[in-house]
Amino acid sequence: MKHIDEYRDGTAARAYAEAIARITTRPWTIMEVCGGQTHSIVKFGIDELLPPAVTLVHGPGCPVCVTALEYVEKAIEIASLPGVLFCSFGDMLRVPGISRDLLSVKASGGDVRIVYSPLDALRLAADHPDREVVFFAVGFETTAPAVAMAAWQAVRQGARNFSMLVSHVRVPPAMEAVLSSPDNRVQGFLAAGHVCAVMGTAEYGPIASRYHIPIVVTGFEPVDILQGLYMCLRQLEQGRAEVENQYSRSVRPEGNPAARKLMGEIFRVVPRKWRGIGEIAQSGLGLREKYAGLDAETRFGVAHRTTEEPPECRSGLVLQGILKPRECPEFGTRCTPEHPLGATMVSSEGACAAYYHYRRRRS
Amino acid sequence: MCLAVPGKIESIDSTDPVFRSGKVNFGGILKEVNLAYVPEANIGDYVLVHVGFAISTIDEAQAKETLSYLEEIDRLAGVENG
Ligand code: SF4
Repeated sequence: MKHIDEYRDGTAARAYAEAIARITTRPWTIMEVCGGQTHSIVKFGIDELLPPAVTLVHGPGCPVCVTALEYVEKAIEIASLPGVLFCSFGDMLRVPGISRDLLSVKASGGDVRIVYSPLDALRLAADHPDREVVFFAVGFETTAPAVAMAAWQAVRQGARNFSMLVSHVRVPPAMEAVLSSPDNRVQGFLAAGHVCAVMGTAEYGPIASRYHIPIVVTGFEPVDILQGLYMCLRQLEQGRAEVENQYSRSVRPEGNPAARKLMGEIFRVVPRKWRGIGEIAQSGLGLREKYAGLDAETRFGVAHRTTEEPPECRSGLVLQGILKPRECPEFGTRCTPEHPLGATMVSSEGACAAYYHYRRRRS
Repeated sequence: MCLAVPGKIESIDSTDPVFRSGKVNFGGILKEVNLAYVPEANIGDYVLVHVGFAISTIDEAQAKETLSYLEEIDRLAGVENG
């Protein structure tokens, strides 16, 4: 397919690996922020093409992985109520709650449906006026505009039986959380291309200068990632710390103004808990007061539920680049995709699942 | 989950700008996509689609530049070495 195949060219990938080896004189650790990039890196073996001096660590950019346990529990509680039709992206169904997941709610008779788009959930609300239709709104800034549109249309259409369990997250505060950790070893970032397609690049300048760290907005195909790494390493070697854009075919500096406008109308910045990591200030998007009528947490009385996370899963360390999945003692033994202890073992973008699928046999 | 796939706009229905939508071709598979966030996109343009929404148009000139970047660094390496 055009705009995909040309970025999977093996000759170009090897040429980039050589160019990277040519300019690298010292050890460097770079984090790719987005789970989609993690998946590409492990699947295509990009890390194995790099000189030993370059270490890649995998970042917190997997919405399935970082959705707080208490939101998974809220989802399970709401989905179990009679009369509720609960809609979710497919990836969330197998994320473990305390004792079960959404899939088991479905298996025991709950009406849990996988939707592709938030607008599909709104359509289900119109088709089932006698049911309460709830959409589990998770995701980064990439997904928030689609949810904003569903919220806006719901109000416009007066859809009284539609609500949303909102647990959106924002990327830049999570990058700062990684950098502020005393155990941080990240020296350069590949920023998440599709988040930036919506939000633009302006948020990253202050991070680059405050922490003196290069940030390269990067795409998802192997050649994109290798080019992003090359640009990041060149900055590191030259002592620069700037925001650069590898993914300029899809990312403009201002992002997508129409999407940002509607996001701003529907959402406000709120503190948000991240699974395994804890609360990060300003790292979430929640519904504005004007749209509070759509809030499933108040509608179903689950707003104040809090949940402690079980200690055996170390996904918080994995998501901050401190621990590699295979260094977790549960990896591949007590924790597998069939019986995940943590969300990073569920989603194909979670680092633990990516290593399990592509690297287990060789270890 | 931030997966977004490039596809080519085949047709546009813009009777209501808010519900501006169209058919987008992903390697032979046609899908209905919301185009409200890409008011500048025309038939024949490539857009990046995420959960049923086009979030960005793909800039062909920038795509070419990205693909020729490798030649550029090889040329630079040649200059530095020679
Ligand atoms: S291997 Fe399993 S238990 Fe260990 S960090 Fe990953 S998800 Fe958590």
